[in-house]
Amino acid sequence: MNNGTLVRLVDVHKVYRTGEMEVAAVRGVSLEIKRGEFVALMGASGSGKSTLMNILGCLDRPSCGQYFLDNADVSGLDRDQLAEIRNRKLGFVFQSFNLLARTSARENAELPLVYSAQRLSNTQLREKADRVLASVGLAGREDHFPSQLSGGQQQRVAIARALINEPEMLLADEPTGNLDSRTSVEIMAIFQQLNERGITVIMVTHEQDIAAYAKRNVIMRDGLIRDDRLVTRRSEAKAQLQNGREAAEPI
Amino acid sequence: MRITPTFNVAYRALRRNKMRSVLTALGIIIGVGAVIAMVGIGNGAKAQVEAQIASLGENVILIFSGSTTSSGIRTGWGGAGTLKIEDAEAIRREVPGVIGVSEEVVSTTQVAAGNQNWFTRIYGESADYFDIRQWPLADGAPFTPQDARSANKVCVIGRTTATQIYGNENPIGQILRIKNVPFTILGVLTPKGLSPQGVDQDDIVVMPYTSAMKRVIGGTTLRNINVQIGDPRQIEAAQQQIISLLRQRHNIRPGRDDDFTVRTQQEIAEAATATSRVMTVLLGAIAGVSLLVGGIGIMNIMLVSVTERTREIGVRMAVGARGNDILTQFLIEAVTLSSVGGVIGILCGIAASRVLSIYANWPTLISISSIAIAFLFSAAVGVFFGFYPARKAAQLDPIEALRYE
Repeated sequence: MNNGTLVRLVDVHKVYRTGEMEVAAVRGVSLEIKRGEFVALMGASGSGKSTLMNILGCLDRPSCGQYFLDNADVSGLDRDQLAEIRNRKLGFVFQSFNLLARTSARENAELPLVYSAQRLSNTQLREKADRVLASVGLAGREDHFPSQLSGGQQQRVAIARALINEPEMLLADEPTGNLDSRTSVEIMAIFQQLNERGITVIMVTHEQDIAAYAKRNVIMRDGLIRDDRLVTRRSEAKAQLQNGREAAEPI
Repeated sequence: MRITPTFNVAYRALRRNKMRSVLTALGIIIGVGAVIAMVGIGNGAKAQVEAQIASLGENVILIFSGSTTSSGIRTGWGGAGTLKIEDAEAIRREVPGVIGVSEEVVSTTQVAAGNQNWFTRIYGESADYFDIRQWPLADGAPFTPQDARSANKVCVIGRTTATQIYGNENPIGQILRIKNVPFTILGVLTPKGLSPQGVDQDDIVVMPYTSAMKRVIGGTTLRNINVQIGDPRQIEAAQQQIISLLRQRHNIRPGRDDDFTVRTQQEIAEAATATSRVMTVLLGAIAGVSLLVGGIGIMNIMLVSVTERTREIGVRMAVGARGNDILTQFLIEAVTLSSVGGVIGILCGIAASRVLSIYANWPTLISISSIAIAFLFSAAVGVFFGFYPARKAAQLDPIEALRYE
């Protein structure tokens, strides 16, 4: 694992056209993220953080400016090429989990492999999904449907799905937005554990205490980065969970 | 992308809305079933007519006397008496490929035996007649060329005539009086049933044409000449040769109309089957419309399905599905609906035409090709009507799709 630059944004703009009006959601952002970082992207709604997240996640292309992911310029790629990058290098976790209904946890976790270039047998597919589900603490629940799982468990399935292709970078959009505080800490524990294993994590949140689990906070306002600082008093989710009282009321 | 999971996804999506899938497929089932049944009925009618035409004989050319005008009154075909026995002999001699010629004269008259009598048709023919019309005898023997040369008083009779006059008695060897001339019955023809025009073909007496012309009907001209050609590829050439031979024999100058008419069996068959062909096309077209409506049903349901599953499409795209993967997934769903409906529709169509042929006594004919075409067509309906919704899904913007409520 080299510790070089994973993400480099150079003067990225994103302009939306709604009828006659042009709305600039991102207005010149330059940002560098190294491998192994845990970044919380913060800002009020309308600050452009979601737009920036979509660009980082290769779901959207910048109107102008450049985006280097893993030293390759991805700002000019077409839809299919971006889909392949998402499949190979990125994992997504959403606020509302976005699991496929009436589909088992295992099949949800397998989903990215269905679209993967690598050919695995059904047995390999199954073993891989079960291994990843076990790593997020869902061993024994592989055959459960999302409707039979709690919110925290559903988000773990989503994390397993994001991890199954061994991505370079995990992108989480308000991952704790629909969870209670204890479950949120559990999810943060997973994120911190993954980050320690070397996976780069970028997380959008508007909650200060969630951002405190990250190593670095980037704060946006009006389409620009207003603040970019390292977290000095970082929260340790694992420690909080071991101390049950504290976990019930996180900082 | 992996194909098996894609089929699983389609299968699961269809099963999730069982009722909706069944109703959508029903549109295709009815459409395909109607096409199969209707085309089956049309083809059955056509086959029946063709079988009747084939009973005229194979590779046959018919030559009729022309019409004539006498004191301003025009007779119909055969009225002119332009065909002579010598014409038939010239055809037999000079036209290549001819394997049989029968000079034909026709009349109707009263026939009698013992205390029974019956009004029937008298056909004067050559000994080739039975081969030309593929009409073997059920009992006894046909008359011979020698009988024709000598104008012998012999005949064969049809099953209807035999039953009417002799009942259950064996007519062979008995004497039949025709216009008070005693004819010896040599044989009884196999029953042929009704002609395409509804005439009982078995109500007949067939005798040498010479005997008919000399002893029964009188006259020196033929109503028509039946010619059989050995090789079907030679029919057209033979037809042309007969025309030029007869024009030459009848001294018809260039530019003048023929005083005879030449028809091949093919032409007669085409005219007779034209109606049933039109019927087949019409029935098939009407049934095709219902298949089209079924296809629109598929498109409708697929559009609903794409809208309902917008979020799912967004998730799939986020984890790496390309536009083509989504397109394939929805197309497989549409084609599965339409081809499953197609298979069931084929079974229903076959069942429906069976029921029709048993209870309504309609002849039906279902060919392998009509089944294959119906199946391919139903699959094509799925692709055609599934393509627009599938493309709509494939072109969704992943961000919008993920945000869709």
